[in-house]
Amino acid sequence: MLDTPSSAGHSTMPVSADPLASLASGSPRRATARLTTLDRTARLVFRGRESAIGPAGEAFGVALPREACRFASNEGRSALWLGPDEWILLAPGAQAGPIAAAIEAATAGLPHSLVDVSSRSVGIELSGPKAAFVLNQGCPLDLGLGRFPVGMCTRTLFHKAEIVLSRTAGETFRIDVWRSFAPYVWSLLEEGRRELD
Amino acid sequence: MTNRFRTPSGGRIDRSAPVSFRFDGKTYSGYKGDTLASALIANGVHLLGRSFKYHRPRGILSAGSDEPNALVAVARDAARVAPNLRATQVELYEGLSAESQNRWPSLAFDAGAINDLAAPFLPAGFYYKTFMWPAGAWKRFYEPKIRAMAGLGKAPTLPDPDRYTQNYAFCDVLVVGAGPAGLAAALAAAESGARVILCDEQAELGGSLLAEVGATIEGKPAQAWLADTLASLSKHENVTLLPRTTAFGYFPHNMIALAERVSEHLAAPDHDLPRERLWQVRATEVVIASGAHERPLVFPDNDRPGVMLADSGRTYVSRYGAKPGDRAVIFTACDSGYRTALELKAAGVTIAAIADLRPQLHGELPSRALAAGIDVRPGTVVTGTSGRLRVSSADLAKVSGGAVGRSETIACDTVLMSGGYTPSLHLFSQSRGKLVWDAASGSYLPGTSVERERSAGACRGVYGLNAVLEDGYAAGEAAAKAARDTASPQRGATPVNGASSRSFKAEAPDLGNDGFIGATPHNRNPAFAKAFVDWQNDVTSKDIKLATREGMRSIEHMKRYTTTGMATDQGKTSNMNALGIVSEALGTPVPQIGLTTFRPPFTPTTFGIFAGEARGDLFDPVRKTPIHDWAAEHGAAFEDVGLWKRAWYFPKAGEDLHAAVARECKAVRASVGMFDASTLGKIEIVGPDAAEFMNRMYTNAWAKLEPGRLRYGVMLREDGFVMDDGVVGRMAPDRFHVTTTTGGAPRVLAHMEDYLQTEWPDLDVWLTSTTEQWAVIAVQGPNARAVLEPLVEGIDLGKEAFPHMSVREGRICGVPTRLFSVSFTGELGFEVNVPAEYGRFIWEAIHASGERFGITPYGTETMHVLRAEKGYIIVGQETDGTATPDDVNLGWAVGKAKKDFVGKRSLARASMSAPDRKQLVGLLTTNPATVLEEGAQIVADPTAPVPVPMLGHVTSAYHSAVLGRSIALAVIKGGRARIGQKLSVPMPGSVIEVEVVEPMFYDPKGERLNA
Amino acid sequence: MLIITCPWCGARPELEFRYGGEAHIARPADPSTLTDEEWADFLYNRTNPKGLHAERWRHVHGCGRFFNAVRDTVSDFFVVTYKAGETRPDIAGDQAK
Repeated sequence: MLDTPSSAGHSTMPVSADPLASLASGSPRRATARLTTLDRTARLVFRGRESAIGPAGEAFGVALPREACRFASNEGRSALWLGPDEWILLAPGAQAGPIAAAIEAATAGLPHSLVDVSSRSVGIELSGPKAAFVLNQGCPLDLGLGRFPVGMCTRTLFHKAEIVLSRTAGETFRIDVWRSFAPYVWSLLEEGRRELD
Repeated sequence: MTNRFRTPSGGRIDRSAPVSFRFDGKTYSGYKGDTLASALIANGVHLLGRSFKYHRPRGILSAGSDEPNALVAVARDAARVAPNLRATQVELYEGLSAESQNRWPSLAFDAGAINDLAAPFLPAGFYYKTFMWPAGAWKRFYEPKIRAMAGLGKAPTLPDPDRYTQNYAFCDVLVVGAGPAGLAAALAAAESGARVILCDEQAELGGSLLAEVGATIEGKPAQAWLADTLASLSKHENVTLLPRTTAFGYFPHNMIALAERVSEHLAAPDHDLPRERLWQVRATEVVIASGAHERPLVFPDNDRPGVMLADSGRTYVSRYGAKPGDRAVIFTACDSGYRTALELKAAGVTIAAIADLRPQLHGELPSRALAAGIDVRPGTVVTGTSGRLRVSSADLAKVSGGAVGRSETIACDTVLMSGGYTPSLHLFSQSRGKLVWDAASGSYLPGTSVERERSAGACRGVYGLNAVLEDGYAAGEAAAKAARDTASPQRGATPVNGASSRSFKAEAPDLGNDGFIGATPHNRNPAFAKAFVDWQNDVTSKDIKLATREGMRSIEHMKRYTTTGMATDQGKTSNMNALGIVSEALGTPVPQIGLTTFRPPFTPTTFGIFAGEARGDLFDPVRKTPIHDWAAEHGAAFEDVGLWKRAWYFPKAGEDLHAAVARECKAVRASVGMFDASTLGKIEIVGPDAAEFMNRMYTNAWAKLEPGRLRYGVMLREDGFVMDDGVVGRMAPDRFHVTTTTGGAPRVLAHMEDYLQTEWPDLDVWLTSTTEQWAVIAVQGPNARAVLEPLVEGIDLGKEAFPHMSVREGRICGVPTRLFSVSFTGELGFEVNVPAEYGRFIWEAIHASGERFGITPYGTETMHVLRAEKGYIIVGQETDGTATPDDVNLGWAVGKAKKDFVGKRSLARASMSAPDRKQLVGLLTTNPATVLEEGAQIVADPTAPVPVPMLGHVTSAYHSAVLGRSIALAVIKGGRARIGQKLSVPMPGSVIEVEVVEPMFYDPKGERLNA
Repeated sequence: MLIITCPWCGARPELEFRYGGEAHIARPADPSTLTDEEWADFLYNRTNPKGLHAERWRHVHGCGRFFNAVRDTVSDFFVVTYKAGETRPDIAGDQAK
């Protein structure tokens, strides 16, 4: 399992790159649909049998939600239901290695899979009264508050890219998108809010 | 000429806001609230275009989206030209510039009008009959000429600079049409708390109420009621009101496509606003309140400018304050004509006469017309009109028992006609609902529904303002209730709107529901009289009768043969009259003739709205690796591989592809090169049953692969053919790091998930895509180890400690890595996997470390040449979905002792091991300078009689710099048995001689791998 | 665009799904015991009915699950969806059952 990058034995610290850096720096402010990149987060995909689900959540610090398309949060960490045996665990600002080690220890011998995907995707937040309108320009889901309530999450599509969409507040959505698709998604979100104030 | 035909007051135009516009270069004035058509009418302009086939002068027929004639091009600049817009729907704005179409050199004098004189020689089916010979002339000569002559507007050739957006929207009740029925439906649904979308194609919501001057609703004048209702609707948070929005398509499961014209009507649109927006509405329930179209009457010369639908003429007066003329003749088969006559008379238009096709007069409106002193003539037809570019008189004759008397000529500058109303069934029919013939009203009406929709008002044959309002309200209530009751969706029934719980107490004149379909009788020479049925495609009643004589019986054949109803107006004004004429000609009742299917779009829709934002850079995702920017900064040329951009080659100054690739290849063989392999698909397969799962999915045996070792894996489909390949690392007893081809990644993952979920759900193993988790840097060449050694911590790169086909975890420059010792070049090689965000950092560190060896970045082209020199296949290049492992020399990778794996049973079929299967071989051209073409066919004897037996084809061909000659791979029938034979590759103008060789051109013993 | 009810996620738009061919065709436990004809039948022959058709779908851009659906090939409406591994539900008038 991966661990923290270090500069041990090397003169320079490793430089991590954000595929949205240049797009985000030139992004206009629009109050009705604010667009921001989210800070680096540890991401782990947990999949497994019934016996491993409870211990995994306990070790992570967030019980893995059993209701379809819901996420649970605790002290900044979130566990997102993506499928009946699949969750993505988010720990903003944390390193994946120690979290993975803790979960592996708690689930040793129980059938499961834990994979570090921290670098696989990047996070985007869209918030404001027009956030749902902007998302609906490429997302085919009903984003009415009654149909996509706070606490809901799901894989879906935004135009031609797959995303993981969660509603963290009434007017706030979090988008997790694979790294190479992120500029495409960001650019279309920009296009979608171009006509807004 | 300034608005001579404008009424002194009235209408919904804003007389305080004059607007100046141009038509065919001439400047006119109108008012805010005008359409281009109403403003031209107010200026006395009726000649707007030339017809499609005969180039006859044409004017304005209607006041809405059913307009077949008045098509214009509106241009803002050279790129912003919209052809074929209906002048009746173009909103006037300051500086609007419109041009007429289909005329040369000018609208008033059009050379193409010669076709009109030649009309006796241009009957229905003319093209099919005339342009039959000589063979081939249709494509070369006739079609281009006909296309040049026909057609209407011209599309601009510049790219469209406007924005178009799309959005998905959701509601409980979608109401299409904001006339009285739609407004009432929306009101009822909104009051019940439903999420409602109400759309209407017009600039203002209100439909027929916008031209309603005499009626009252709930005690208020209709237009005051309209204003109050819209105000109340817009207060509902759950109601979205969409004017200028056409519901143009009804798609399965209540998805309705709406085209909103967002900024087209503005004089200076903000370029951040889209020109149009596509609403893809998913509605739980739909209320169609699309109203009815007034039918023209089919009489000779009914297409002359100034001849107009009666209710449209009334609309121009009452809604826009624009009089269609000074002196009108009205030809009617229903009471609508009388209402028009009364409102026009009140506005100061002289009503010369009302010719009523019906022999008897009864009802309120005819009585009022008589009382007003209008010359009303029952049992009378119009038999013709005169005037060059505008009607100047009409001929009226008595008709009784089918016999038409002598005509009397009456001077007039407009003829207003009404054949009754045709319910607009377009959307209902698009939803696949069944139509039923209603003999009482002589029209088709909506019958059994397929989707969750209901019709309300005139579109289902309900007429009379009060009845329409109550029907709409009841429909809205029923729809909202049905939307709440999601448990049992009602399908396959005829919806019942029920009784309205609200009374509107609307008072309006009773228009009855009389009407006429077909061609009216006349006393003219049938060989020359042209009575138009379809204005837009220039189809006359004579054409339709001729088609019945020539054997067309089905309305579908009739439509295609005569083209009636096939124009962009979708037959809104023509379909029923065409049916009536066929019915009379064949002596068959209308319902037995059938009705053609209505298809989307309801009105023409721009291409831009379908493209939306998917243009240019945003057409598809452009996937770039973490190392992409470095490659771009260092001058790489890129190629598209699926959605990925991959560095193709890295030319230095003055180098072309061949020079760059030759240099890159030599560098890898002589020293060291580096290659961005990040696009490779990667899947992490984890769980106690991981090895068992791998055994079942791949041909290879995995049980004995030790952690820390790599193996080349081959995956088959169940039919036994090679699907994908890749190097697999065993990271732990229960963890595999699988790689796939770049293009195959999603397909392979889906294939694995399919078997895992549906065939072997008992296996304790799970799959996670890690394609984008890892950046992958291949370091290849004799100096590869020396380049990496100073950077890597925690891994012994020594030959014995880290043999070929191994994987180790450690760090490189402080970054965690999975380091593979693997080669796709035949040289000593490594693949460095690091978390994607550090890809560029590590790439640069390796590049710096390799400088002392002249490390050379190389692209996909060099990668292809190097692997071809070694005979390594690329799935999809050497394979085409019909290659077994043995066909491509991968028989060694098939675990013969395994009981089963996906594709194994298929490999056991006799045909899968037939000796004449196409097998992978190498080819060497006799002339070493000749590089074969990939895809070229291979034959034994190029002089054999045609068809020459084909033995196979070239799959890969390159110039090999290290060998100093060309090389090629090919698949050839029985190829392995032909090694040593000479074969031929016939090309245009030459035949290339080749020798079949082993598919391995360089270092056949593989000594360099373990250097 | 159809609406498809994923047995896990509920009603979702067709865009999120991928079609997976006819349902209830189990891979033989031991393919080596099948004759060539039987194997070809498993690989290639499908019922292609006019009317109710049990078929596989995958909520590929959602929960990722394969599931089964009975769809009327005439009207294109779904009658029922159910999880992989469950038996085809009884449906009145289902001739193909």
